[in-house]
Amino acid sequence: MPYQFLEDIAIADIAFSAWGKDLEETFIAAADATMNVMVEDLDSIQPLEKREFRLQNEALDMLLFDLLQELIYYKDAEKFMLRIHQIKIKKDDGRHVLEAVALGEKLDSNRHRTRADVKAVTLHRFELVKTDRGWETTVILDI
Amino acid sequence: MAVPKALERISETAWELPVSYKEGMRVPARIYGTEKLIQEMDGAVFDQVTNVATLPGITKYSLCMPDGHFGYGFPIGGVAAMDAEEGVISPGGIGFDINCGMRLVTTNLTYDEVKPHLKTLVDKLYERVPAGVGSTGFVKISKKEFRKVVEQGARWFVQNGYGWEEDLELTEESGCIEGADSSKISEKAIDRGYNQIGTLGSGNHYLEIQVVHRENILDEDLARHFGITIPDQVVVMFHCGSRGFGHQVATDYLQVFLKVMESKYGIKILDRELASAPFDSPEGKDYFSAMKGAINMSFANRQVILHRIREVFSDVFGRSPEDLDMHMVYDVAHNTAKLERHLVNAHMKTLLVHRKGATRAFGPGMEGLPERYKPIGQPVIIGGSMETGSYLLVGTPGGNETFFSTAHGSGRTMSRTKARRLWHGKKLQKEMEERGIYVRTASWPGLAEEAGDAYKNIDDVILATELAGISKRVVRFIPIGNVKG
Repeated sequence: MPYQFLEDIAIADIAFSAWGKDLEETFIAAADATMNVMVEDLDSIQPLEKREFRLQNEALDMLLFDLLQELIYYKDAEKFMLRIHQIKIKKDDGRHVLEAVALGEKLDSNRHRTRADVKAVTLHRFELVKTDRGWETTVILDI
Repeated sequence: MAVPKALERISETAWELPVSYKEGMRVPARIYGTEKLIQEMDGAVFDQVTNVATLPGITKYSLCMPDGHFGYGFPIGGVAAMDAEEGVISPGGIGFDINCGMRLVTTNLTYDEVKPHLKTLVDKLYERVPAGVGSTGFVKISKKEFRKVVEQGARWFVQNGYGWEEDLELTEESGCIEGADSSKISEKAIDRGYNQIGTLGSGNHYLEIQVVHRENILDEDLARHFGITIPDQVVVMFHCGSRGFGHQVATDYLQVFLKVMESKYGIKILDRELASAPFDSPEGKDYFSAMKGAINMSFANRQVILHRIREVFSDVFGRSPEDLDMHMVYDVAHNTAKLERHLVNAHMKTLLVHRKGATRAFGPGMEGLPERYKPIGQPVIIGGSMETGSYLLVGTPGGNETFFSTAHGSGRTMSRTKARRLWHGKKLQKEMEERGIYVRTASWPGLAEEAGDAYKNIDDVILATELAGISKRVVRFIPIGNVKG
């Protein structure tokens, strides 16, 4: 599991760090960590429907921020729990662009054991950094 | 992190960090608490409260209440009043969960009458007041109607049959703060919010059935004024806010402010979560009217939940809510920014008072209170952990020190991640039941996160506010039933 929940920061909410050998892996890990705060067993989310995202931002870390906010948006607006299936991140004319395909299904309280409701990604200690093993991110979610 | 050496004790419960403590501070930082609470205070509070002290237009002090702990930008428990003309507005000073607040309702039932039906009552409330991840509100309205709710608040629902006229009088801002503008709110926020009216949320949000034992009435006269008149009276208290809607409004404007704060207005960003813009600017005014929309949505949410609670009690006890005397005591907001008039250096000034995780506590005689409470002061509802109980207090004249603000809860001392490791939800539920508290929850880990030991001692926090003269205890409530998301 390429992410870990952190005990000693963010008393009232949830903090995690996620990592990967490249940006794509790291973004998927962060998305999974975010969904895992809400649903205990990620495998219980069946890939029944597709949602596609095309996001862009001047700042790479804010591109990740935007992706996580999209997942939160779908959870509230459509009651959809999504997992990133495919993702490509590239630079286009000075902006960072993300294209992703997410698969998931509507929340079903009979099959999905829920934990806490994620309401926002905060900017507190929010960072996405390159490491010698790839990339790592720290995120604090407001629940 | 240790208490800073520069922290100076001003009185039994007021402690200060001078402007020399950090570069850029315009006013001293003042933290309220007993010596014990200060020693145990989350170290991040000292850093955050002094960051807030650097914001343009801040007046008198950057304050933190006794239940203070780390927040985003502002500490939770943070209060800062800005000059309305020269000062800034800061979303971090209001919080993501705009108008997270508390509502208290009485009944004329006693503990003995409720006890045999307690499980049924809690089970029915759990069924009929949706809580937890992705829950859908029991109120079905269109996005167009939702935009009306955003501008009219609880009033829209009372007019549509959800509650009593008097409920509005007994809510801060009469359940609708003037000046909300739904055109300043993103479609995304509307999408997130319109099917969430009538949901409790999760985390530290809850619906609790409580009892007032004789020995826990600390001021009999005031208690009677607030509707506590029967020995072992049963009341209902619930805590929730503007849900995903308020969060989206806050997130949207935080992004807007980050873009213009330094580049357009030359305000240095010490902490991205402390992003702000001049109150008197297009961005500031837009956020203020959007924020008011979220305040109204939250009042509306609590109004419909009250209506549902009345229905459930009526079902279970076979009497109408009127017959059960299910009157509101009050509804307070603890994540807001409001324009208020306060005395500063012997002159009345209009200030934008940010309260984040802090409750307004107007004293006797103050404008904005319902007529029936004007002579005695504002009811203040402060929730403890689900294991310990909560308080009803009253605002006092001494509150002028803190722009008539006081604490909002116990304040967490331990992260949710750690609490989930230390306690087990199902086991906790069983232990609480053995102690006479029946809990239903949508999430076992969520319940563990709310264990009493993850919070400060509510009695300590409340006593500190009384010693500081910013609010006065009236009644202590003991929990007997709880619904959690």
